[in-house]
Amino acid sequence: MADSAALYRTVRLIRRFEQQAIEMVRSGLIAGGIHPYIGEEAIAAGVCAALRPDDFITSTHRGHGHVLAKGSDPARMLAELAGRATGLNGGRGGSMHAADVSAGIYGANAIVGASAAIAAGAAWSHRRSGRDTVVATFFGDGAVNQGVLLETLNLAALRRLPVIFVCENNGFATSMRVQDTTAGTITGRAEAFGIPARTVDGMDPEVVLAAAASAVARARAGDGPAFLECLTYRFDAHHTWEYAVRPRYRTEEEVAAGRVRDPVEIQAARVPPALRARIDDEIEELLEEARRFVDASAEPDPAGALDYLYADGLRARAGSI
Amino acid sequence: MPLLSYLRALNRALAAEMERDPAVCVFGEDIGIAVSNVTTGLLKRFGPDRVIDMPISEQAFTSFATGAAMSGARPVVEFQIPALLFLVFEQIANQAHKFSLMTGGQVKIPVTYLLPNSGSRVGWAGQHSDHPYSLFAHVGVKTVVPATPADAYGLLVSAIRDDDPVIVFGPAGAAARREDVDFGTLAPVPLGVARVHRPGTDVTVVAVGHLVHDALAVADELAGAISVEVFDPRTLYPFDWTALAESLERTGRLVVIDDSNRSCGIGGEILATAAEEMHLIAPPKRVTRPDGAVLPFARELDLALQPTRGQLRAAIEAVAKGR
Repeated sequence: MADSAALYRTVRLIRRFEQQAIEMVRSGLIAGGIHPYIGEEAIAAGVCAALRPDDFITSTHRGHGHVLAKGSDPARMLAELAGRATGLNGGRGGSMHAADVSAGIYGANAIVGASAAIAAGAAWSHRRSGRDTVVATFFGDGAVNQGVLLETLNLAALRRLPVIFVCENNGFATSMRVQDTTAGTITGRAEAFGIPARTVDGMDPEVVLAAAASAVARARAGDGPAFLECLTYRFDAHHTWEYAVRPRYRTEEEVAAGRVRDPVEIQAARVPPALRARIDDEIEELLEEARRFVDASAEPDPAGALDYLYADGLRARAGSI
Repeated sequence: MPLLSYLRALNRALAAEMERDPAVCVFGEDIGIAVSNVTTGLLKRFGPDRVIDMPISEQAFTSFATGAAMSGARPVVEFQIPALLFLVFEQIANQAHKFSLMTGGQVKIPVTYLLPNSGSRVGWAGQHSDHPYSLFAHVGVKTVVPATPADAYGLLVSAIRDDDPVIVFGPAGAAARREDVDFGTLAPVPLGVARVHRPGTDVTVVAVGHLVHDALAVADELAGAISVEVFDPRTLYPFDWTALAESLERTGRLVVIDDSNRSCGIGGEILATAAEEMHLIAPPKRVTRPDGAVLPFARELDLALQPTRGQLRAAIEAVAKGR
C-alpha cells in the first residue's frame, strides 16, 4: 500500500508533467494539443496505488495521469506526446492513444466510454488464463450516457468480472454540465446492474486509494466488479484549443472556487517539508531529463507511416502507384 | 465422398480450431442453441467458458472480444444479422482495426467476425439483407467471402489463426451449397489468394461469394460462344491483384459481379485497379446492387435489386464485343 509520500510524488509528477506538456503545446513541440488532467490527479494516483504492477488499466482522452500513475516512463510518455520515434507507441498514438502494455496500460482511447468493454474482455481473458489480475477502467461523467458503457456494466456484473469502473466526474462533458446531460444518478446506473457503487471525494488521493483498495480486493477475490464515482474538478481547459477559442461555459469565479481544493496541496500537507522538497527536486530532475530525452529523440521515418498496421506485416497498397 | 454443406463447413472449422488451440473461443447471441447452425455442438463439447452466449449488447461484446484478444484469447464473434455490423462499425473499424498501429505494435487483435447469413435471404427486408463487405475492405479490415464449403472451411481456419481482425462473410446465397469432399483433405486456405474456378480466354468474370455459382452457370450458358474465366477473389482485402493481372493478361476483358451497392463497392475498386494497372482491351463492366439499395420486403422487389444472371450475361456479351 502506497504511503503518503508516494501518493504525493504521483500527484506532483502528474501536475508538473502536465504543466510541461502544456508549455510544449504552446511552443508547438506537441502537435494537436492535449486534454490536461490538472485538478484530477488524485484519482489516477489513488486508483493506481491500489493496483499491482501486473494489473491493467484502460484510459481516456484525458489519460496522461493514468499512464504516469500506473508506472510508465515519463520520458517515453513525453516523447510520445511530441511524436518521437522513442515514444511509448513509437509516435503512432500520441496523447489520446498512449499505451504501455509492459506497465499494464492497454491504452488511452479517444472515443468516450469505448474502453470499458475492452477492459471487461481483458479481465475475462486474464481470469480464464488463471491469473488473479484486476482491470481498472477510467472514464468521465460524459461516458455514463454512452450505450456501450451501460452494456458493459451489465456484462461485467453478469459474469462477475474483476473490473473496477472509475468515473471521473469533473462536472463537465466538454462544455455540458453533468446535470444537463445526465438523468438520475451516476452511481444509480451501476446499482441498477447490482454493482456496488460509491461516490467519493476525488480530490483527496488517500480517500480515493482507500475506496479503490477495497474495490480491488473484492474484485481480486472473485466477487465481481465495483464502481467508483470520484468527484473532481478540471482546473484547466477541456482541451488546449480552449486557449485560442476561449469558449465560455464556466465563469472565472466558478473555476477559482473549483480550484480551492487542490489534490496536490491536499497531499503535500501530509508529507514532511524536507521530504516534500526532496520529492519536488527529484521530479524536476526527472522532467528535465525527460525533456532532454525528447530533444535528443528523432522523429519517426515517414517511410514507416504504415508500419504496425497489420500484426503479420501485411503491407497496404500505397495511395499513389 | 461425403457431402459437406457450407454451414457445416463453418461448424467443422470452428470445432477444429477450438480443438487445436485452447485460446479460441466463440461469442455471440443464441450460439448455445446454434440458431444460425454454425455453432452446433460447440457448447456441449467445449463448455460455457469457451462458448459464451451474450446478451443483446453487440457493441459491448464486440469490444469485449478486442480486450480478450489483447490478453491472449482468439475470439470468434458471431453475428446473426449482417446489419448488426452497422452497430459495431465503431468497435471493429475504429477500435479493433486501429489498435496495432496506434500502439506501435504493442498489441495484436486476433478476432474473427463471422457472418453466417450475409446478404439477402429473400423476404427478410430492409434491415436483415445487407451485404456490407465493401465497407470493411474500404477501412482495411481483412475481409473474406468464401463461395464454396471447402473454401468456407479453409478461409475460416486461416481467419482464426490470423493475428489481425478478420471478417468472414458467409453469403446466405451460398449457405445451401453442398460439395463432395473427402473431409481428410479439408485444409486452411490462405488469405489473399484468389481461385480460378473455370479457366477461359475471352472474358474474366470476377464474382464475389455466392455469385461465383451464378457466374459459373452463365459461363456454361455461353460456352461455345464466349470463353469465360470465372475468378473468385475469395479474399476481398487484401485482394489478390497479382492473380487478377495474370487473368487479364490472358483475356484483356473484365466483368465484375458484386452484391454491393454500386457506389464505392468492391466492384468499383476492381475496375479502377484494372484500368490503372492491368491489361484491358475493352471497357470493363460491373453488375451490382443499385446505388444506395435498401432491399424491399416483397420477393419480386428484393430480387429486383440483386445482381442477376441475365445482367451478367448481358454485361459479358457487351464486354466481349467492346473495343
